[in-house]
Amino acid sequence: MMRNCGNKLMAWVDERLPVTQFVREHLTRYYAPKNFNVLYFFGSLALLVLVNQILTGVFLAMNYKPDAATAFDSVEYIMRDVNWGWLLRYLHSTGASAFFIVIYLHMFRALFYGSYKNPRELLWLFGMVLFVLLMAEAFMGYLLPWGQMSYWGAQVIISLFSAVPVIGDDLATWIRGDFVVADATLNRFFSLHVVAVPLLIVGIVVLHVMALHHVGSNNPDGIDIKKKKDEKGIPLDGIPFHPYYTVKDLYGVAVFLLIFFWAIFYAPEMGGMFLEPPNFEPANAMKTPDHIAPVWYFTPFYSILRAVPSKSWGVVAMGGSLVVLFILPWLDRSSVRSVRYRGAYYRNALWVFVLCFIGLGYLGMRPATPVATLMARVLALGYFCFFVLMPLYTRLDRDRTPPERLTEAVIPLEQREGRGWDFVRWAIDRGQASPLYTRIMGHYNVLLEQVRAYYFKAKKP
Amino acid sequence: MRILSYPVLLCLLVLASPLAFASATDRPLDSHDADVFDKASLRRGAETYVTYCQSCHGLKLMRYSRMARDLGMGDAVLQGMLRGVAKPSDSMLSAMTASDGEHWFGVAPPDLSLVARARGADWIYSYLRGFYMDDSRPNGVNNFYYPDVAMPHVMSGLQGNLRPVMHKVNGVDVIDHLERATQGHVKEAEFDTIVTDLVNFLVYVGEPSQLERLKLGKWVMLIMILLVILFRRLKDEYWKDVH
Repeated sequence: MMRNCGNKLMAWVDERLPVTQFVREHLTRYYAPKNFNVLYFFGSLALLVLVNQILTGVFLAMNYKPDAATAFDSVEYIMRDVNWGWLLRYLHSTGASAFFIVIYLHMFRALFYGSYKNPRELLWLFGMVLFVLLMAEAFMGYLLPWGQMSYWGAQVIISLFSAVPVIGDDLATWIRGDFVVADATLNRFFSLHVVAVPLLIVGIVVLHVMALHHVGSNNPDGIDIKKKKDEKGIPLDGIPFHPYYTVKDLYGVAVFLLIFFWAIFYAPEMGGMFLEPPNFEPANAMKTPDHIAPVWYFTPFYSILRAVPSKSWGVVAMGGSLVVLFILPWLDRSSVRSVRYRGAYYRNALWVFVLCFIGLGYLGMRPATPVATLMARVLALGYFCFFVLMPLYTRLDRDRTPPERLTEAVIPLEQREGRGWDFVRWAIDRGQASPLYTRIMGHYNVLLEQVRAYYFKAKKP
Repeated sequence: MRILSYPVLLCLLVLASPLAFASATDRPLDSHDADVFDKASLRRGAETYVTYCQSCHGLKLMRYSRMARDLGMGDAVLQGMLRGVAKPSDSMLSAMTASDGEHWFGVAPPDLSLVARARGADWIYSYLRGFYMDDSRPNGVNNFYYPDVAMPHVMSGLQGNLRPVMHKVNGVDVIDHLERATQGHVKEAEFDTIVTDLVNFLVYVGEPSQLERLKLGKWVMLIMILLVILFRRLKDEYWKDVH
C-alpha cells in the first residue's frame, strides 16, 4: 500500500521533474571503474569539506562582526560566549587547512594517473579554476579574524598587485578601498568570502562533476573501461557508483573525520600551522611582526615569489607557477595516462616535482636567509622544469602498453619493479629476520593465544 | 652510488634544511608544561593574577562568572575578587586606563586575555622569572627574555632580586645567566610554583573552552573509531560480489 503510494508519487514527480532519471544517470547507473584505490577518496572528501565550510560559515557569520573595531573581539566572542561557538570556529579553521590537504592529494592523484589527459582536459580546467577560487576564498577568509598575521599577510599579498606595470598602485588601492588594509578592505573581503566566491565555487563544482560524469572516471590503470562492454552495454570493469562507491566513500569519510576531529579536539592550532600565534594579537597598523609568513597552504607559491630577486618578476613567477598547471594537458605528449605504464622520465620527474613542491612549502614558512633563498631557487627551478621540459621528456619516454582490462587497485609489493622497491623488500626481509621482530611476534602470539583461550573458556557453559 | 639519484639528493637537501636556520638571537625558553585540569592550581593562579597583575593588565575577554564556574570558586572568593565594584558577569578589566598607563610607563600595559596563545606558556613562564637588576633602566630592572621592557618587576617582593652574570662573546659583554642577589619572602621553589599556577591560569584564560574541548575529545574519538569499523564492515559486505 505504502509502496504503491510512493511509486505513484514518484511517477507524478518524474513527469514534471526527471528525478529518477537524474539519480540513475549520476548514481545507480553511473558506472565507475572497480579498482579505485585510496587516492580516489579525495574528490568526495573535498565535497564533504566544502559542505562543512558552508554550514559552519553560515553560523559563524551570524555572530561575526565585519568591522575593524570589533572583528577581533567578535571572533573571541564566538570562542567564549556563543554556545558551541568554539566548535564552529575550529571546524571552519581546521576545515580550511583540511580543504587544501584534500585538494593537493586530489590534484596529485590526477598527475599520478593522468586524469588531466584527453578526454578530461575541461574537467582539469574546471578543477584548476576551483583551486584558484579556493585560494582566493582562503586568503580573504584569513583576513576576517583581524589579527596581526591576517592584517600583515593581506598587506603583503595585496601589495603584489602594485607590481602590475602602469596601473599597479591604483589597482592595489582599488582592491583595498583604502591606502592601507583597513575597515573598507575587511568589509569587502567579508562580502566576497561569504557570498561571491562560495557561489562561484558551488557553481563550478557542478560543472566539474558534470564534466566528470560525461566522460567517466579515470582509474589507476588509466584505461577506458567503456571499450569493453557486455551485451547490455554496461562496462565489464564498471560497477554502479551507488551503492558500491557510496558505501566505500562512507568508510573514507569516517577515516577522514577521525583524523579531522582529532585535529579539532586535540590540536586546533596544529603547532601554529593552522592558527598562527601572532594572529591572537589584534591587527595593529603601527607594529609590523618580525616575520610575516602566509598559512602553510600558500607557502609553496610564496617561496617561488621570494626566490626571485625582483618583485615584478617574482609576481610573474608566482603567477606562472599557477598558469603552467592550467596548460598541463597540452604539455604532456604521452598517450599513456597512468604512471603505472609510463616511462622512467615521467615517473622520476613527478617525484622530483612533488619533492620540490614540499620543499618550497617548507622554505616558505621559514625566514628568508641566504641559504634558504638559494635552496628555494633550486627547488623553484625544479618546479618549472617539470612543466617546461614536459613536451620533451614525455615524447622521449619509453612507455609500456597498458593492459586491456583493469588490474589491481594497489599493485602488490612483490610485483613492483625498480631499485627503490628492491630496497623496501630487502628492508622488510631484514626487519623480519631480526631478533627484535621475532621477540615481539613471540609476545604477540602468546597474548593472542591467551585471549583465544579466555574467549573459548568464557563461551563454554 | 646510483642510489643517490636526483630525488634522493633532493630529499636530503630538504631534510638538512633545518640546520641552515638555527637562529642565534632567540634565547632558549624554560619549558612549562601547562595543566589546565589542575583546578586548585588555576584558582591559586587566579588569586595571584588579581593581586599582582590586574591593576595594570586587564582580561577583557574573560568574565568573572565564567571563571568562577569553570574553576569551581566559592562565592566568597568571587565576591572578594569583585571588590564590591564589578558585577559577576563583567569582564575582568583593569582599573588602569590606557592613557594613564601610557603616561606612567611609556606604553599602555597590554590586555592579557590571549597572551598564552600569542606567545605561549613557555614564554610567559620564562619572562616572569627573567627580571634582573639593571640601573640603566627607569624601573631599575630589565628582562632577560624581553630586553628593555617597560614593565617593573612586580613580584620582586616574593622572588627577591636577580643580577646578571656576564661573559664575553667576540669581545662584547653578554648575559650568560641570572644569579640570586637578594632573597624574597618566599623560597625559590615556592616562587616557581606561584609562577606555574599563574601561567596555568593564563593558559586557561586564553581558551576557556579547552576544558570542554579536551573532555569531549575522547568520546568523539571513540565514536569515530566505532564508525570506521562499522563502515568498513558495511563496505566489505557490499563489495563481496566485486572481483
